[in-house]
Amino acid sequence: MSASSNSGAFRIKGAGRLTPARTARFTFDGKSYTALEGDTVAAALLAHGVHLLGRSFKYHRPRGILTAGPEEPNALLDVSRDAARRQPNVRATVQEVFDGAKISSQNRWPSLKYDIGAANDVLSPFFAVGFYYKTFMWPKEAWAKIYEPIIRRSAGLGVSPTEEDPDHYASRYVHCDVLIAGAGVAGLTAALSAAATGKKIILVDEQPEVGGALHYDASTTIDGQNGYDWAQATAAKLKAMPNVTVLTRTTVFGYYNHGFLGLVERITDHVAKPTKDAPRERLWQVRTKKVILATGSIERHMVFANNDRPGIMLASAARSFLNHHGVTVGHNVGVYTAHDSAYEAAFDLKRAGVSIAAIVDSRDKPGEAVLAEARKLGIDVLTGHAVVDTSGRLRINSMTVARNGNFDRRKIKVDALIVSAGWTPSVHLFSQSRGKLKFDEANQRFVPDVYAQNSVSAGGCNGTDNLAELIDEAITAGGGRIALSGENRFEWTGGMIGAAEGAGPDHAVKAFVDFQHDVTAKDIRLAVREGMHSIEHIKRFTTNGMASDQGKLSNMHGLAIASEMLGRPIPQVGLTTFRAPYTPVTYGTLINHSRGELFDPARKTPMHALEEAEGAEFEDVGNWKRAWYFPKRGEDMHTAVSRECKTVRDVAGIFDASTLGKIEVVGPDAAQFLNLLYTNAWDTLKPGKCRYGIMTREDGFIYDDGVVGRLAEDRFHVTTTTGGAPRVLNHMEDYLQTEFPHLKVWLTSTTEQWAVIAVQGPKAREIIEPFVEGQDLSNEAFPHMSVAECTVMGVPARLFRVSFTGEVGFEINVPADYGAAVWKAIWERAQSMGACLYGTETMHILRAEKGYLIVGQDTDGTVTPDDAGYGWAVSKKKTDFVGIRGLKRPDLVREGRKQLVGLMTKDPKEVLEEGGQIVADPNQPKPMTMLGHVTSSYWSENLGRSIAIALVAGGRSRMGETLYVPMADKTIAVEVTDMVFFDKEGGRING
Amino acid sequence: MLLIHCPYCEEDRSELEFRWAGEAHVVRPENIAAISDEEFAEFFFLRNNEKGLTYERWRHIHGCGRFFNAARDTVSDRFLMTYKAGLPKQPLPVAEKFAAIAEEKSVETWEQTEGDAR
Repeated sequence: MSASSNSGAFRIKGAGRLTPARTARFTFDGKSYTALEGDTVAAALLAHGVHLLGRSFKYHRPRGILTAGPEEPNALLDVSRDAARRQPNVRATVQEVFDGAKISSQNRWPSLKYDIGAANDVLSPFFAVGFYYKTFMWPKEAWAKIYEPIIRRSAGLGVSPTEEDPDHYASRYVHCDVLIAGAGVAGLTAALSAAATGKKIILVDEQPEVGGALHYDASTTIDGQNGYDWAQATAAKLKAMPNVTVLTRTTVFGYYNHGFLGLVERITDHVAKPTKDAPRERLWQVRTKKVILATGSIERHMVFANNDRPGIMLASAARSFLNHHGVTVGHNVGVYTAHDSAYEAAFDLKRAGVSIAAIVDSRDKPGEAVLAEARKLGIDVLTGHAVVDTSGRLRINSMTVARNGNFDRRKIKVDALIVSAGWTPSVHLFSQSRGKLKFDEANQRFVPDVYAQNSVSAGGCNGTDNLAELIDEAITAGGGRIALSGENRFEWTGGMIGAAEGAGPDHAVKAFVDFQHDVTAKDIRLAVREGMHSIEHIKRFTTNGMASDQGKLSNMHGLAIASEMLGRPIPQVGLTTFRAPYTPVTYGTLINHSRGELFDPARKTPMHALEEAEGAEFEDVGNWKRAWYFPKRGEDMHTAVSRECKTVRDVAGIFDASTLGKIEVVGPDAAQFLNLLYTNAWDTLKPGKCRYGIMTREDGFIYDDGVVGRLAEDRFHVTTTTGGAPRVLNHMEDYLQTEFPHLKVWLTSTTEQWAVIAVQGPKAREIIEPFVEGQDLSNEAFPHMSVAECTVMGVPARLFRVSFTGEVGFEINVPADYGAAVWKAIWERAQSMGACLYGTETMHILRAEKGYLIVGQDTDGTVTPDDAGYGWAVSKKKTDFVGIRGLKRPDLVREGRKQLVGLMTKDPKEVLEEGGQIVADPNQPKPMTMLGHVTSSYWSENLGRSIAIALVAGGRSRMGETLYVPMADKTIAVEVTDMVFFDKEGGRING
Repeated sequence: MLLIHCPYCEEDRSELEFRWAGEAHVVRPENIAAISDEEFAEFFFLRNNEKGLTYERWRHIHGCGRFFNAARDTVSDRFLMTYKAGLPKQPLPVAEKFAAIAEEKSVETWEQTEGDAR
């Protein structure tokens, strides 16, 4: 058996450009086949006479291969390399065969030939377009139990892989002068021309080789050479130039603002054994000064009854399979066309020894040249005729032909039918770039009109048909001065859009417009009759053009049918907008490196590993991982937190406060600047002292809070909430740069420069004393709210005497790199003295026991300092600060505003739910008048009871009142109290 | 993705480096504590939200960190001009002005592109 017959009985010896010696084995639905290297899956299967590749989405009709390119709506397959590397919905006309590929058909059960779902085809009167908007409305209960599960099972195409994608994807950013999309005659010519100017060029084509239409068009010569050979030679020449990059198997999928384009390069999907470090695909993000669109045009199918049987395909596709792959689509091929181009396909097939049953041309007058050539080759041409039906269950076996307007029909036997309704310019990228199209009435097509960006279209995508004009246009687009000549055998004429004879409004036939979503001409007419008058509504009602092929074949036909039905010319009906991506792009490529740990990087403090070793459980605060609590063996969260809370108050605790936002505010006007940004006064703060500051927005509501230490006349160490640091810095920068630019102040984020170790509790001083040099820690020398620069374990440090627990507290700031070492030493000593490590949960409880507020938990952007009980922090003397005017607004000074108060449940064991609503009378009719809600609620081990903080209308005037928190199953009685639950006198902090 | 000219870096940089910062030329009153409720509402709450030519602030947050002003066409998303913070509202360069007006005429409205063309 020779290599060529091995690779398929429909392979024609001597035809095509592939090497018979280089073969690849693959399986399709379990059966093994041999292909030639360079075959697409479609070509390889056609070579073995396999036309049936799948079942359609809605009606489960047998479907085959319609095209030879990325516009394919039908032949979607499941392609796998191994269990994890399996991809559904791969276009058979794009996927190249590789040795060992396992390919299967989709959307069929139990088998491709006998598919139960095909009953939908017979039942199609019940599945009219829009049926799902109506049918499943009644009875209501049936939706969740019956309709939804069935619909979910039948919905979607293909089955997604269950394993994690083991491949990796690469990413590249590039700048260039000219990006050329498409490497057919126009693109290659434009590239030659542009490259001659010395500019940096990127030429991109989605196919494995350059050439575009020259893949199928074997009769064109360029520069005296066979067109395809010229293309390959030109690509080689361009690749050798230092200023040119040629990318094949690469799709320009998106054309965005300001010359920004997204490209996807497919690197290993066609390789039998990819090297381990090769990325599967590469995302290119290109910023270019100019774009030359040379994306060509896409052939349309004819819309006639039963135009979807396997064996029916575009004429150019059949020509491509013949001239490039050496495969004939049949032995006795019919042609149905409204355009001259299909004749050339017939000529090529005829010359290759294939019999042409007849050329059926809907036109009365085809191009004279092609007609003459057909006669010369002895091909029967039926002008003014239509194919009005086809037959054949799993593959076409005949076409029924009738003279236009005549009822006499006759059947002609065929084993394949090639069709062409003409060509649609590929204006997708132009349209994505926000260019405006115009309708070319004479040729019934949309072409580029007004450009929104620096781009130019050349060739087929610009509606330029004549080869000489196309070459001139491409040379001009490239901006260089080169000479090139081309010759083709026939000038093409003709083309039609809309339904063909026999598929008009009077015919109840299935004439498919959109193959992937099973939309027929009848469906579009029904949509118009049901009141959809906008093309956008028609599209959504019928789903025409909404499948993964984005209507590359169906849009124009659908538009023409709607236009006829509406009685309005096409430009008035309008075209739906093309959006990126041009063809489907894998999530892997788009997500790229942002997977796993890189998806949303975690911020960890310098002490993170030590805390982990101590058994810490962590919680997420923004991107930070914060130690939440430190359970000992056998402890649950409640026990651990209760132990931590008690130990801190009885002995001491160590807390990692590194995540606290830190901003260094420096400069001669630093105090004045803080005066403007915080409600407090800062010029009165002496160096070496700290003050708790509240920041409001211009509207007077609390924006952030924190302790600010003054290190020197011109230097402040500002702390912010953990989550607020970036926005506070942005807020400060905004005012400094735009409202107060006269102030000499510099702002620097130092959050990650300092590791912060908080030591709190009665023994805090004793714990840290031996480590501190250069600062007397006595109450007299270093009272509460002091700050000093000193050394801790010989490391330069900023030491704060501050407390968020109500106990004696210190916060040791050391440079981040020393954090772990200092923490370790302090913890060793603290442990020996009976102290503990504590996490954010204990921190929250201890501060609540003292009534310290947490911005963002107890406040929500509608709380003023006074509402929060911090009216004392608002300076009465200042003439200006951000929020000064907002605070005077009538609503902010009225009586009865919600104020922060403490709540104590009547039952001390009852812990309220945060968010619980508060009412005065639990027996009032619903909806009840709600007075506010619980903002913080905890079990306090130190008090032996629950405590809560709440926002309550007129809260401070309700002290001692009993209010109620109605829950689903009970009503909880609470007493309104002061916010300070523990050590009301506040003596411990100065201990 | 937009390219934005930072008037401080004097370079066109990717949109990813910038953050939008609201309407430009909203001046904080010097005697803010004394203004009326109406004046405060005008200053703090009310924005023009114009379609077409808009003056707005941007910050080169992942670059030099500076706030600056920009004239942008919200219909085409095109930046017509950027200039430093503190400068008064700048007149558009003439060529840009014409382009902006031309663009205005072919404004892509929902009615035209997505809606019923009748």
